[in-house]
Amino acid sequence: MVVDVLLAPEADGLFHALADATRRDIVAQAVRGDRSVSALARRYPMSVTAVQKHVGVLEAAGLVTKERRGREQIVHSNLGTLRRAQELLSQLEAIWRTRIDQIGELLADDTQEGPPHADHR
Amino acid sequence: MQTTVEKDATAHTMTVTTELDATVERAWQLWADPRQLERWWGPPTYPATVVDHDLAAGGTVRYFMTSPEGEKYHGLWEIVAVEPPQRLELLDVFADDSGAKNEELPTTRMTMTLTERAGGGTLMVMHSQFASLEAMEQLVAMGMEEGLKEALSQIAGILAGLP
Repeated sequence: MVVDVLLAPEADGLFHALADATRRDIVAQAVRGDRSVSALARRYPMSVTAVQKHVGVLEAAGLVTKERRGREQIVHSNLGTLRRAQELLSQLEAIWRTRIDQIGELLADDTQEGPPHADHR
Repeated sequence: MQTTVEKDATAHTMTVTTELDATVERAWQLWADPRQLERWWGPPTYPATVVDHDLAAGGTVRYFMTSPEGEKYHGLWEIVAVEPPQRLELLDVFADDSGAKNEELPTTRMTMTLTERAGGGTLMVMHSQFASLEAMEQLVAMGMEEGLKEALSQIAGILAGLP
């Protein structure tokens, strides 16, 4: 699943987010289930604030979402949503490619029949 | 014709860039002439019929697409800005059976620009900002012909099986 995301066209932004070992581990943790920022901070030799910064980078890349539950901040994997968005964008791309094919046919008719009367406005 | 498509699954945007073998003025007619618009906006099995075409800021373009079974799917464009023959900005929205805007369904903001290419021809860039994942679901459901949908879900299935 992570590999699918990395193969996607918007991978550049994702690579930056995942170019850090801690951030990769946070994603791996969140995929297994929701994690609180404080629980994550216990895993790494760094402050809660530093972990929050890493989570912020992952959030900006769309890899995780953050939610406040009482005093805790919960990190939730967003990979499923991201992948669904990619599938939908691929289908929307197909719609546009069909349109462009039809535009190509329309323009090709010009050369056979001469351009249609222009609608000046 | 060379076409490139950039998609951003996080921002819900798509940019389609294509080289057209036509002048900027000719390419503008693809959008400005409703009879030409009808020839390419709908999928081959869901042809579009343009019923209103007021391509001016604040104006509306109304259309419907007809399914092979004869069902009509209405949509409309709310024109935000027009700079003939270079730029068009619009909101593409769903409409109900009477052709009136459906306020409950989301809106896609689209910007289209035409630029003359140095070597001849025109570069057409369409940038779409989709409102949400749900908005994309609805657009796909409305815009896809059944056969193509099946083919794509097969492709998606193959991609999902990648290691």
